[in-house]
Amino acid sequence: MTLDTWIDLIYLLAAIGFILALKGLSSPKHARNGNLLAAAAAAVAVGFTFAYPQVREHALNLGLTFVAMAVGAVIAVPAARMVKMTAMPQMVAMFNGVGGGAAALVSIVVFLIEAPGKPAVYRIAEVLFGVLVGCVSFSGSAIAFAKLQELMPGRPVTYPAQQVINAVVAAAIVALAIGTLVTGNVPLLAATAVLSLVLGVIFVLPIGGADVPVLISLLNSFTGLAVAASGFTLDNNLLIIAGTLVGASGILLTRMMSKAMGRSLANVLFSAFGSVVTATGGADGSGETRPVKTGTPEDIGVLIAYARKVVIIPGYGLAVAQAQHTVRELADLLIAKGVDVFYAIHPVAGRMPGHMNVLLAEANVPYDELKEMDEANPEMATADVALVVGANDTVNPAAKNTVGSPIYGMPIINADAAENIVFLKRSMRPGFAGIDNELLFDPKTTLLFGDAKDTLTKLVAAVKDA
Amino acid sequence: MNTGILEFVTIFVLAAFVGNEVIGRVPSILHTPLMSGSNAIHGIVLVGTILIMGSAHGAVQITLAFFAVLLATLNIVGGFVVTDRMLEMFKSKPTERAARSADRDGADPDDGSGDTQ
Repeated sequence: MTLDTWIDLIYLLAAIGFILALKGLSSPKHARNGNLLAAAAAAVAVGFTFAYPQVREHALNLGLTFVAMAVGAVIAVPAARMVKMTAMPQMVAMFNGVGGGAAALVSIVVFLIEAPGKPAVYRIAEVLFGVLVGCVSFSGSAIAFAKLQELMPGRPVTYPAQQVINAVVAAAIVALAIGTLVTGNVPLLAATAVLSLVLGVIFVLPIGGADVPVLISLLNSFTGLAVAASGFTLDNNLLIIAGTLVGASGILLTRMMSKAMGRSLANVLFSAFGSVVTATGGADGSGETRPVKTGTPEDIGVLIAYARKVVIIPGYGLAVAQAQHTVRELADLLIAKGVDVFYAIHPVAGRMPGHMNVLLAEANVPYDELKEMDEANPEMATADVALVVGANDTVNPAAKNTVGSPIYGMPIINADAAENIVFLKRSMRPGFAGIDNELLFDPKTTLLFGDAKDTLTKLVAAVKDA
Repeated sequence: MNTGILEFVTIFVLAAFVGNEVIGRVPSILHTPLMSGSNAIHGIVLVGTILIMGSAHGAVQITLAFFAVLLATLNIVGGFVVTDRMLEMFKSKPTERAARSADRDGADPDDGSGDTQ
């Protein structure tokens, strides 16, 4: 067998590794091994790539490859090891964006190498696809990162003539792409790349902070497709398979996520959520002036210490306050007192689907105390206390009762079915969706204002004394 | 070459079906790690960037290829490390978990009581 055949065989094994890894990642039991398998497959594939004579032909190029890989690893490892679990969504956004950028660059360099030889139209089409999708993913992920890192407002950004500008940019890209296809001209491709970067920015700007995680999943899928396009330009099976796997599974995952929010993907991407929100908020009247019942930590401590069943419903406020360890302490204390405790986890609790599970796992909360929404809801009616920690929209009954509310139709955790509801909240400020929560004004509801970590620490002390 | 492209299109189409099938019923608790893990998998574009660097000539191509390798390395290394960090916390069973937490915050007086569930 020739060297090329051997390498192709190694690539095939790596591709099988990726498929098994994705399968493993979809079940809690095999997830970690799946990821390690994918990492091993990737390492072997990368290692054998250096067996190609073309890679080792020029000492300078080979040296630069090693320098770039070393620099990349030196930046990536500490960044990935030290990132806080709460900052995970923006980290994933960043790693995804750079992947899209890399795929776009591969396509651009292939074009630069082949352009003098008048490449066939289908070759140019492969390059164009990689450049367009890779650039959109790169700049879109950068804006998503900025929104999540709060470098810019998380609210949907709207401006006059937004639709017109979008249409003009899209039309210009189509025109430039056709021009590139016909002429094989390098400056035209460069212009297409620049406008694609602009498209990524204007595509993401109108998407609200709460929807950004779904967007990242979509951009993840885009990067996969851009990588597959690079695979086409390089005639490389491994890139085609790996990129397509991620592209296809990413789109499925994106749809599952938007379903968990009770909305269609199109609605997530194009509705500019925020503009509807203000209208409904106004119609509800200024909720802030209505009376709410607040309690002291001692009152609530007694209430939960002598309850039979307490359901903890964590939300993003818990993550922001880094209170996952304190909430576990409280839960352990209650369990020791004989209270039946479990956590009800909304699929989109936190800042990204599944995020809350990661945070609670970090705090060593046992797996069997976590219940998914569908499993938790039937039990809510038998709960004495629903303890809502830093969550808001995910327990808002408006999702069930108020037709026309922006969150109408989103599945929620039925905290309202519990005998008592306790909200630990920073303020009366509404959640991401920006709408009032009727549940806050319910006679069964008690509020305890403050940073989730502080209030939970006080509750722990109160339960100990109770 | 035209039969060559058909071969690649075949691979593409089949891979798309596999991608769709393979994550069929993923529980929502794993959405974040799955997103992050598949994010790491497309970091395999690193292979493409290494190949392209081998064929690059002249300052422009080499500079672009250099950044391509750098970005792809960030993607693949960061992606796998971050995913492993998340999944490490998912892995252990409740008993090991309790033991480990006792190790970690041994000063915590409530810890022993937490195990009596």
